[in-house]
Amino acid sequence: MKEKSQSTSRALVFRPARGLTYQAGALLLSFLFITIIILLTGESPFRVVASLWDGAFGTTDQFARVFSTLTPLVLCSSGLIFTFTAGLYNLGVEGQIVAGAIAATFILREFQAVLPAPLVVAAGVIAGMLGGILWGLLAGVLKVFGKINEIFAGLGMNFVAQGLAIYLIFGPWKRPGIASMSGTEPFGESLWLGRFGQTDAAPVALIIAIVALALTIIIMRNTHFGLRLKAVGQNPRASFILGMPATRLLLSSFIICGAFAGLAGGLQVVGLFHRLVPSISSNLGYLALLVVMLISFNALWIAPVAFFFSALNVGSLQLPMVLRMESSLSGVIQGTLVLLALLARGFSERARKAAGGQ
Amino acid sequence: MKISFIRSLTALAGASLLISACGATPTAAPTSAPAATAAPAATSAPAATTATTAGGAYKIGMILVGPYNDKGWNQATFEGLDYVKSKMPGFSFDYVDKVNSADRPNTKGTQVADDLIAKGANMIIFNSDDFKDDALETAKKHPDIPVIHVSGDYAWKDGKNFKEQKNLINIMGQMEYMKMLAGCSAALGTQTGKIGFVGPLINEETRRLASSAYLGAKYCWTNVLKKDPKALEFKVTWIGFWFNIPGVTLDPTKVADDFYNGGFDVVMSGIDTPEAATEAKKMQDAGKKDYYVHYDYKLGCDIAPDACLGSPYFNWGPAYLDAVKKAQAGTLTESFSWNPPDWKNINDPDTSAVGFLPGKALGDKSAQVDALTKGLADGSINLYKGPLNYQDGSVFLKDGEVATPQQIWYLPQLLEGMEGASSAK
Repeated sequence: MKEKSQSTSRALVFRPARGLTYQAGALLLSFLFITIIILLTGESPFRVVASLWDGAFGTTDQFARVFSTLTPLVLCSSGLIFTFTAGLYNLGVEGQIVAGAIAATFILREFQAVLPAPLVVAAGVIAGMLGGILWGLLAGVLKVFGKINEIFAGLGMNFVAQGLAIYLIFGPWKRPGIASMSGTEPFGESLWLGRFGQTDAAPVALIIAIVALALTIIIMRNTHFGLRLKAVGQNPRASFILGMPATRLLLSSFIICGAFAGLAGGLQVVGLFHRLVPSISSNLGYLALLVVMLISFNALWIAPVAFFFSALNVGSLQLPMVLRMESSLSGVIQGTLVLLALLARGFSERARKAAGGQ
Repeated sequence: MKISFIRSLTALAGASLLISACGATPTAAPTSAPAATAAPAATSAPAATTATTAGGAYKIGMILVGPYNDKGWNQATFEGLDYVKSKMPGFSFDYVDKVNSADRPNTKGTQVADDLIAKGANMIIFNSDDFKDDALETAKKHPDIPVIHVSGDYAWKDGKNFKEQKNLINIMGQMEYMKMLAGCSAALGTQTGKIGFVGPLINEETRRLASSAYLGAKYCWTNVLKKDPKALEFKVTWIGFWFNIPGVTLDPTKVADDFYNGGFDVVMSGIDTPEAATEAKKMQDAGKKDYYVHYDYKLGCDIAPDACLGSPYFNWGPAYLDAVKKAQAGTLTESFSWNPPDWKNINDPDTSAVGFLPGKALGDKSAQVDALTKGLADGSINLYKGPLNYQDGSVFLKDGEVATPQQIWYLPQLLEGMEGASSAK
C-alpha cells in the first residue's frame, strides 16, 4: 500500500502541468462547442452570455434565486463527495431529496396546528434529513447486501420517491376539491423559513448548506474516517483484507449523502416552495452529480462550481423571455463542460501512464 | 493526501478558468445589454417591436402554463395579446411559456412574474388555474402592478375563496354555454351513442365544464333526436393535468385511442392540447367514422376538418383590452369577471368572450345547434334548471330550481348520468 502510494505520487509529479493543459483544452473545446450550438440556432453567443448574466445577477430577486438554488446544490454535492469517495455512483441522490421533502411535508401537515411554528419548521427540516437517510440507506442496503449496483438501485429508488410524491399530491394530500400537478395546499406564512426581504433566498438554509460543506471538507481532509473512505473507494477488496469495515463505511457514506440530500429536500419545502410539488427536487440532485464529477470529487471546489451552475440555471430563464431560446441551453452548457472535462481527465491519465511507462 | 492536493490543483485551474470566463461577462454585459432588451423585437412575436419608451406605451408580461402554440388553451390566451396589440399602438408584451413543474422544474410562477416586471411589464397575466397562489403572491409583492389571473376566483367577493388584494383581477369566459353547444354537436354526431370526454385534472372548473358538455349532449339527444337518455353514454377520463406529462399523467393520445377503439365514436377534448383531434384524424384515415369536438382554440377544426364536429373557444382579447384601458385610466381594481358570450353574435371577435364554431363534419345539423344557441340566448332554454341530480344520486337542483352562479362555479360533483370520477381518489 505504502509503496503503491509512493509510486503514484512520483508519477503524479508531472501531472499538474499536463492536467492543466488538458483541462484548459477541455474548457476551450466546451466553449467552442457551445458557441457553435448557439450560432446554429441563429443567435449571438454574446447576447446569450449577456442574457444569462442579466438573468442571474440583474435584479435582487434573481441574485437571491441563485442562492436559493445554490443551497440544495451545495448540500447534495457535499453529500455526493462521500459516496463518490467511497467509489459509489449515488444516482439516488435525486430520490433522497424527494424523500426528505415528503418527510418534511408530513411533519408540517401533522403538527402545524399543534406545535408552535418555529418548532414545526425545525422538526420538518430534521424529518427531511431522516427521510433522506432512510432513502439513502435503502439504496445502500440494496448495494451492499443485495449486490445491486448502486446506479440502478438509486434510479429505482428515485422512481419510487417521485411516484410516492405524485401519489400523495394527487391522493391523500390533494388540495380540497382539486387534484393537480401544482402541488399540495401551500403552508401558512408562519411556516415559511425566513427570507431576505421578499426574495426567495432563505439565510438559514444557506447557513445550513455552508456548515454541511465545511463539515465535508474537514472530514475528507482531516479525519481518519475520510481517509478510510478513500481507501475503500480506491480498493474495497484490499481495504477489507486490511481489516477495514468496508460495509460500515459504504453504508455510512450512503447515510451521510442521504442526510444532506434529505436536508435539501426539507429546505425546498419550508424555504422555497412552501408545499410539496411534483418537481420538489428541481433536478438539482442530478445537477449536483455533474458538479461533483466536474470538480473531480474535491470538496474545496464545490462552492465556486455550484455557484456557477446555479447562476446558469437561474439565468437561463432569460433565454426564452428575451431571446426566445430554450432555457435548456444551460443544461447543454453544464453537460458539455462535465463531459469534456471527464474526457480530458481520461486523456491526461493515458498520457501520464504512457509517460510513466517510458 | 498528495493525490487529493494535486487533484485540487487541477480542479483549481479548471475552476479558476471557469470563474475567469464567468468574470469576463460583466464587460460584455453593458455593451450587449441594449441588444438584449431589444431582442424581443427581433425574435418574439411581431407585437414586441415597440418598446415601452413613449408615453401611452403599455406592456403586459404573460406567464403561460403550456406552450404558446398548443392549438388550445395556451394559444387562445396568448393570441388575446395580439388582439390588444392590433387595437392599441404602443402596446407590447413579453411572455414565458411552459411554466410548469415538468418543463421548468426549478422555476416558480412568481419568479417569472418578478423577471417580467423587472423587464418593464406594467401588468401581469397568469393563464392557468394552477397559478392562483403565484398570482396572489405576485400581487402582494408588487402592489402597483395589476395581476390578472385567468380562471381563478380569489378576487370574487361572492365566491368561496375571496382574498382581499386590490390589484388582483380574475377573468374567465362563460364557457359553460359553449360547452353545451359542443355537447349538443357531439350528441348529434355520434352513431353509437357513446361520447368520450378527455378531461384534464379534476377541479371545480373542469367538473362544471364536463357537466355542461354533458347537459348539452343530453339535451340534443333527448329533445332533438328524441332518443332515450339511458341510451346515451357519456364517459369522462381525467388525465391528471392540462396536458401530457410523460410518466406523470395518463397519455391523452392513448386515452383518446381507447375511447375510439372502445366504440366511443365522438371524443370531446377538455384538455389544452389536440390529441383528440389528431387521433380522430388517424381513425378517419384508417376508414373509421370517428369524430372529435375541440376545445379552447378558435381554429381547432382546422386540425382535422373532416373529423371535426365543432370547437368551443375562448376569445380573450376584449377582456385584456378592457383591463389595459382601465389600468391606464387608473380605474382597475380587484374584480372578478365571468364574461358572457355576445348572444347577438357569439362569434363576434370584439364583443364575445366565448364562441362556438361548428365543424365540417357536423354538416347541416349545425342548424340544430343554432337552435339551442337561440334558446340559450333568449332564456327559453336553461340547462342548469332542476330537476338535476349529482352523480351519486343526491339532489343538485329541485324541480324548477335554477342554479346560482356559485352553484355552477363550485360544482362539487359530476352529474347523474355521467361516468367517470367526480374527485380524485
